[in-house]
Amino acid sequence: MRIQRVKPRVEQKEDRAPVDLTLIDGLLKKYQNLKGNLIPILQGTQDVYGYLPKEAFQHIHQATGIELNELYGVATFYAQFRLTPAGKHIVKMCHGTACHVQSVTAITDEILDTLQIKDGETTKDGLFTVETVACLGCCSLAPVMMIGEETYGKLTPKQAVKIIREIRRSENN
Amino acid sequence: MEKTRVIVGLGSCGIAAGANKTYQEFQRIMETDKLDIELRKTSCIGMCYREPLVEIIDEQGSYLYGEVDAGRVDEIIDKHIKKFTPISDYIVQSDKIPGKDQHFFDEQVKISLRNCGHIDPESIEEYEARDGYKAIGKIADKGISPDQVIQDVLDSGIRGRGGGGFSTGMKWRFARNNQSDQKYVICNADEGDPGAFMDRSILEGDPHGVLEGMIICGYAIGASEGYIYCRAEYPLAIKRLNLAINQARERGYLGKDIFGINGFHFDIKIKEGAGAFVCGEETALIASIEGARGMPRRRPPFPAESGLWKHPTNINNVETFINIPWIIFNGPDAYAKYGTEKSKGTKVFALTGKINNGGLVEVPMGISIKDIIYKLGGGITDGKKFKAVQLGGPSGGCIPEHLSHTPVDYDSVNATGAIMGSGGMVVMDETTCVVDIAKFFLDFTQKESCGKCTFCRLGTKRMLEILTRITEGEGKEGDIEMLEDLADTIKDSSLCGLGQTAPNPVLTTIKYFRDEYEAHIRDGKCPALSCKKLLTYTVIDEKCTGCMACIKGCPVDAIEGERKQVHKILQDVCIQCGVCFTRCKFDAIKLS
Repeated sequence: MRIQRVKPRVEQKEDRAPVDLTLIDGLLKKYQNLKGNLIPILQGTQDVYGYLPKEAFQHIHQATGIELNELYGVATFYAQFRLTPAGKHIVKMCHGTACHVQSVTAITDEILDTLQIKDGETTKDGLFTVETVACLGCCSLAPVMMIGEETYGKLTPKQAVKIIREIRRSENN
Repeated sequence: MEKTRVIVGLGSCGIAAGANKTYQEFQRIMETDKLDIELRKTSCIGMCYREPLVEIIDEQGSYLYGEVDAGRVDEIIDKHIKKFTPISDYIVQSDKIPGKDQHFFDEQVKISLRNCGHIDPESIEEYEARDGYKAIGKIADKGISPDQVIQDVLDSGIRGRGGGGFSTGMKWRFARNNQSDQKYVICNADEGDPGAFMDRSILEGDPHGVLEGMIICGYAIGASEGYIYCRAEYPLAIKRLNLAINQARERGYLGKDIFGINGFHFDIKIKEGAGAFVCGEETALIASIEGARGMPRRRPPFPAESGLWKHPTNINNVETFINIPWIIFNGPDAYAKYGTEKSKGTKVFALTGKINNGGLVEVPMGISIKDIIYKLGGGITDGKKFKAVQLGGPSGGCIPEHLSHTPVDYDSVNATGAIMGSGGMVVMDETTCVVDIAKFFLDFTQKESCGKCTFCRLGTKRMLEILTRITEGEGKEGDIEMLEDLADTIKDSSLCGLGQTAPNPVLTTIKYFRDEYEAHIRDGKCPALSCKKLLTYTVIDEKCTGCMACIKGCPVDAIEGERKQVHKILQDVCIQCGVCFTRCKFDAIKLS
């Protein structure tokens, strides 16, 4: 069921920094009154903030007149949209058929174990979010993971953990 | 004398294999050594197992080098470019000397992939140099009527390459015959099947070919607007499509009165998908472009009658569109020459899984599965035994070894219970558990079901629960029958293709591998030694060095032993997580 994609109710923390809503005004102007504008607006908003903040929904609603329930309905239907902030590095673990056959599950487990989080969660230091995704389309390099724009192929659990550790080390320096 | 050309394959998979570094290394050495050569980019030629690939074309001929990581660049420049002695050990294909992978190309007929790996996808000139935009040019020059174009497409016999296999010409005719002041052409590039990547390669490798196919379709059905609905997970494809659209607009290939045809206006926009497998279904895709939740609706009316914003709409898959310019330019007979009586032309397959030569291959319809796996694919990895091939992704099924003589055409594949689908071909060997594979696909469809139809929403979940139980050794007598019963009901009572085909992986594996299901349920055994919960982990005393790696890794303290003494796994504490197996550097943990 797609509604499973709605993560258990995580209230967006009220003590976070205020969201600068003017950042999306250009975007809203560009798509104002265009047919089928809802998804591009949400995609653009997520590009700006890295997620869809609660305040942005209100703002989009006021600017475009699109009903809140419609906005929320679309935002929770598609896997791309997130309602909570993501880590600095998004680790996408490919769980397509080819990767599955080449035991990607063991690699994902090892990474989650190293970072001490569950699938879809973000580490406490806000560095990593790990997500399992359907297929990255690099099947002949299976098993594959993608960190940011970089794709890593033919992985073993050890290599994968090493890559994560290296990123963490360079971040801490 | 022409300059020597060095062409680096920079498709997504090439880049993942390190092709960017290879390219930069060539650039660096070229500059420091002041070499007078031309460095260019292309996309994937399909030989993914040899990435990164570099082609060198000099006055003697063309040489395709495989596995050129940055470290090999120096040697290749030194020997091949400076001393004119090609390094035969690295050459996979050449028109001068026998390459070690010539067999990979021998059986292939490249129509859809005609330009992939041969042109720079970011250059409209290179596309034009290979007969690009000449099919639509031919239509304009000879004044071929839209009806004649549709007749040509019908005569070619091409059927929808997205999986359905419906006649493309018929689809176009329906859309043409519906009168409206506004019609749309949509290219379905929401390639979501796990294990299929042919559309991505085509979009990355030959974006102008797809645009030309859409322009011809627009002319034939009388549409003025086109949309490409592309997965957001394919950033490189989107980038190259945007570039191609801008180039085509600059040339006047998109816009008003294009190609000198009076009154023919056509432009194309890209819509990025937002991550929902069900949006590959045409009515869900339309809902998504309109900005709503991507949920399918009842048909009829079909999109040809009432599609995007209630206007007549024609939707085809990327691979279908890429064939159109070739068919129009070379004539329908040239296309119909390939294939079988009812399935004409060629089909691209993505070969993956436990196979030596994974990659993209394009073969005439009617070739047998066995030939694809052994002649092109080079057989099974590590010489293991071939067990089955999964065709058609989550909507398809497993075809067992004893049916591997089945020819790949729509009807023969359907007869096995699988479907052709978009062409993902995942090869499995004796170590792959079919129950686990069925579970994997059910888990996928269960998550991706939009939730509209009860049987798809809940039925797939119940099936997944039963399969999970079976793989964990908790299966009961009657489970197989229950799965079959649920499968039939889901097929009968779901609205769209996702639900109607979701049970296929389970049904085909039960049909061909019932004994494996029974072994799980009755004996608590996984014959492929794959289902973790059904395995026993033991230490091989002779190999254990007492390094304590497994003890440190074990999450439940199920391993005891001292440093430099043989360790022991306590079976009643062990949760079969497999950590000790992956941690052990000495292969001292045995599975049984």
